[in-house]
Amino acid sequence: MEKSAFFNGKLLPYLLLVPQLTITFVFFYWPASQAVRQSFLREDAFGLSSEFIGLENYQALFAQPEYYKAMLTTLVFSTLVAALSLSIALLFATQADKNLKAAPAYKLFMIWPYAVAPAVAGVLWFFMFHPTLGTLARPLRWMGFDWNPLLNGNHALILVVMAAVWKQISYNFLFFLAGLQSIPKSVIEAGAIDGAGPMRRFWTIVFPLLSPTTFFLLVVNVVYVFFDTFGIIDAVTGGGPAGATTTMVYKVYADGRLGGDLGSSAAQSVVLMAIVIALTAIQFRYVERKVQY
Amino acid sequence: MANVVLRNVRKTYAGGFEAIKGINFEVGDGQFCVLVGPSGCGKSTLLRMVAGLETVTSGEIDIGGRIVNAIEPADRDIAMVFQNYALYPHMSVYNNMAYGLRNRGMPKPEIESRVQDAARILELGAMLDRKPRQLSGGQRQRVAMGRAIVRQPKVFLFDEPLSNLDAKLRIAMRVEIRKLQRRLNTTSIYVTHDQLEAMTLADILVVMNGGQVEQIGNPLDIYQKPATTFVASFIGAPPMNLLPLRSDEIKSQLEGSAAANEAGLLGIRPEDLVISSDSAAGGIALDLTVEAIERVGAETFIYGSRRHEAQGVAANPGELPPGEVIVRIPGAIAPAIGERIRAVAPREKLHLFSVDGRKRIEL
Amino acid sequence: MVEHRPWNDIIAYAILTFGVFIVAFPVYLAMIASTHDAVTVIGGNMPLLPGGHTLENYYRAIFVGGSHASREPVGHLLLNSFISATGIAVGKIFISILSAYAVVYFRFPFRKAAFWIIFVTLMLPVEVRIYPTYKVVSDLHMLDTYAGLILPLIASATGTLLFRQFFMTVPDELLEASRIDGAGPFRFFWDTLLPLSVTTIAALFVIQFIYGWNQYLWPLLITTQDSMQTIVTGIKKMLTTTDELAEWQLAMATAVLAMLPPVAVVVFMQRLFVRGLVETEK
Repeated sequence: MEKSAFFNGKLLPYLLLVPQLTITFVFFYWPASQAVRQSFLREDAFGLSSEFIGLENYQALFAQPEYYKAMLTTLVFSTLVAALSLSIALLFATQADKNLKAAPAYKLFMIWPYAVAPAVAGVLWFFMFHPTLGTLARPLRWMGFDWNPLLNGNHALILVVMAAVWKQISYNFLFFLAGLQSIPKSVIEAGAIDGAGPMRRFWTIVFPLLSPTTFFLLVVNVVYVFFDTFGIIDAVTGGGPAGATTTMVYKVYADGRLGGDLGSSAAQSVVLMAIVIALTAIQFRYVERKVQY
Repeated sequence: MANVVLRNVRKTYAGGFEAIKGINFEVGDGQFCVLVGPSGCGKSTLLRMVAGLETVTSGEIDIGGRIVNAIEPADRDIAMVFQNYALYPHMSVYNNMAYGLRNRGMPKPEIESRVQDAARILELGAMLDRKPRQLSGGQRQRVAMGRAIVRQPKVFLFDEPLSNLDAKLRIAMRVEIRKLQRRLNTTSIYVTHDQLEAMTLADILVVMNGGQVEQIGNPLDIYQKPATTFVASFIGAPPMNLLPLRSDEIKSQLEGSAAANEAGLLGIRPEDLVISSDSAAGGIALDLTVEAIERVGAETFIYGSRRHEAQGVAANPGELPPGEVIVRIPGAIAPAIGERIRAVAPREKLHLFSVDGRKRIEL
Repeated sequence: MVEHRPWNDIIAYAILTFGVFIVAFPVYLAMIASTHDAVTVIGGNMPLLPGGHTLENYYRAIFVGGSHASREPVGHLLLNSFISATGIAVGKIFISILSAYAVVYFRFPFRKAAFWIIFVTLMLPVEVRIYPTYKVVSDLHMLDTYAGLILPLIASATGTLLFRQFFMTVPDELLEASRIDGAGPFRFFWDTLLPLSVTTIAALFVIQFIYGWNQYLWPLLITTQDSMQTIVTGIKKMLTTTDELAEWQLAMATAVLAMLPPVAVVVFMQRLFVRGLVETEK
C-alpha cells in the first residue's frame, strides 16, 4: 500500500525520522550487534580484555545439560500455557458471544487482568498457594497432598503455569470474542438451516473460520511465554527449585547477572533471537495467506 | 478571471504508461468546460494536472496567461471540488471554508464576510457550526462548493462532484452548479462520466477516450455531428445505432452517393427512426423483428434485430451489439414482440463513418 | 445462537460467572490480605472477609515503608512508576508519529530502508538483549535515571506501524485539498493529521502506559538505588527476606496499589484499550 498523494521534502523527512532512528540504533541495533559480537568472545573477569574464541561459547552452551533442561522447561511451559489459556479463553468467549444481557459486563470482568503486571500476578498466585500461609494450599494439605512449590519442582512449574494462564486469558478472550463477532450471523444461520446443531456448527463452521485468530494467538502466546513471563517466574520461584522453572530467557538473565558469564549469556541471546525471528517469520507468512477468509 | 489553455499536454507514468497523449484545447474566460469520457480515459488525470496535483510530463498548461507547470497548487489561483468532497472532518463548516483563506493570511473581517456570503448563496447559514459528519450528502456537497467559492479563484475545477449523490439530488445540484457558475462567471472545468451531465452543463464539451481528445465543441454540435463512432455511441442515450455498410441491402438504398462508397458504417440516432410502411425516398428503411419493448411512459424503446447482421461484437463501450437496432418512439403504443416492422430515417439524419469509425464522412 | 433455549443462556451465565470468579479470586484475596495484620496473614488461617487494619497497612505501605530499614515507601515508587510509564507512552507516541508521517507522506531516498530498520525492532523485545543494552545505558551514565528507565523501552516499531496504518486510511484528497488551501507539510500535520489522529494517539497511550507500568526485568536491572525502583519491582524486594519475616500484608497492599492505576485505565477507557490492543496487533 502506498499513498498516491505525498510531499516532496528534501530534508524534512529525515529530520522527522531522526528521533526514532537514533533511539533505535543506540538502544536496539548497537546492543543487538554487541550481543552477537560478545557471543564470539571471552572476557576476563574484569571486562578489561577479551579474545575471539569463535564458536566456543556456543559449543560450551550446547554441552551444558542445564541448557537442554531450560529448553525442555520452556517447551513444556509454553505448550501448557498456550493450550490452557487458549482453550479456556475460547470457552469463555463462545459463551460471551451469546446474546446475553450481561455480556458487556462479563466482558469487562474478563479483560481487566490484562492490566495486571506479570510480576504482580506471580505474587498473587504465590500468596494463594504459599505452602504455609496460602489460602488454597491449606485445603490441598488437608486432603493429604504434600503441596510445596518451594521445594518440589513440578509443583513450582504448575504454580507458574497457573499464574501465566490466568494472566493470559484476558488477552486471548478479547481476540477470540472479536473473531467470533466478525463471523457473519448469516453463515451460522445457514448452518442451522442445513440441520447442524450448536456443537456441530461450532466445530464445522465457527472453529474453522476462527483459525486465523487461533493461529495468530498461538504465536503471540508462545512469544508471551518466552518473554513476558519473566516477571512471574522471578517473583514466584526465582527459577527454582533446582532450576525447575528456569526458562531460556530466565537463564540468559541468571547466567549473565548471577554467574557473570556474559559470553554464554550473549550466545543464549543469539539463539533466542533466532527462535523469535523464526516465529515472527512464520506468523507473517501466515498472515499473508490469511486473506483466504 | 482567466482563460485556460492546454498546449500539447502529455503525462507518462514511471512505468511507461501514457495516460495523456498530447492534448490541446482552450477554455475561454467565464466558460464552462466539461471533460467527459469512460472511466480510465484520463479525464481526471488531466483535471488534476491543471490543479497541480499531478506533474506534467511535457507540454504547457496556461492559466490566465501564466504557464503554471512548475507552480504549486496553492499558488495557481484555482479551487477544486473533489468527488468525495474531502472536507476536513474535524473542522466546522465555517472553518472548512475559512481554512484556505487563513493560510493565505487574509484579515479576519474579510474571511468572515466571504464565508457569510458563500453560506448565504449556498443556504448553509444555519450549519456553519456543524461538523461535516452531521450533514447530509447534499449539504456536504454544498460545503465543498462553498470552500471553492470563498477563494474567489480564477478557475473552478470539479472532479465528478455529483457522483456520490442520489439521482434526484444530482439533478437538483446540477442545475444549481450551472446557475452559480453563471452568476459568478468563473471559468470552470468539470469532469464527469455522465453524458447527460456533460450535455446539460457544458459551454464547451471535450469528449475523451484513451488519453486523447475525440472531439471538442458545443454540446449540440457534438450530438448532431459526432466526429467518430466513439463519440456517436458515448453521447446520447440510448446510443446511436451503428450498422455496417457491407451489406448490399443498405448500401443499395444509398446508391448514387460517393460518400456511401467510401464509408464503412452508417449511424442513425434511435429518435430519428420512424415506424412506417413507406420506403423513405433518399433515406433508409430497415426491416426489423421486434425482440423487446421498454415503455418508460412518455416514450417507448423498441429493440429490433436484423438477424443476418448478428455477427461480431461491439467495438466501443456503450455500443449496441451488431445486428441490434433501437427505435425510440413517443407515447406508449408499440408493436408486439415478434412482429416484423419497418423503421425509416430521412437522408439528412444519417451519419456516415469510415470503416475504423475514426472519421466522419459527410453525405 | 440460532436456537432459543432458556437452558442455553443459563449454562452461558454459569460458565461466565465461574470465569469471573477465577479471574477475580486472586485479586480479592490480595485485597483481603491487605486489611489484616501480619500475624493473621502469616498464621495460615486468614479469614475470607476484610479485617480492620486497612488504613494502617496502606498508610505504612505508602508513607513509611516496611520495617526493614532500607525499604523505600511505596508512595515514592508509585511516583517513579507514573513517571516512567507516562514517559514511555509519550515518548513512543512522539517518535513514532513523526517517523510514520515521514514514511507515509514523503517520498525520499532510503524511505523503504528507514521503514525496515524500524520494522525489524518489532521482532525482538528488550529481554533478549538485556546485558548489552544495560552496558549502553551504563556507558551513557543513565543507570538509576528516568531516561534509563524510559528510552530503551521506546525503541520499538509498534507505534510507527499503528500510525502508518491509520495514516493509510486518511483519504488522499484531504492532503490534496490542504495543498490547494495553501498548507505545507507542517500545517497539514498540525491542522489536519494530528486532530484526526487523536483517537489513535489515545489508544496507543493507554496500551503503552500499561506496558510501561508493568515492566519488570528492565527496571530491575538498571536501578541499583531503592529510590529509583518502580512499584512492580518493589513488591518482589519486599518478599525477598526469609518468608516468616516477609510482611505479606504490606506486600499485598502494595500489589493492590500496583494494580490500581493500569486496571483503572482499562476499566474507564475500555473502548480505547480494546481498540489500541487490537490495532497494535494489526
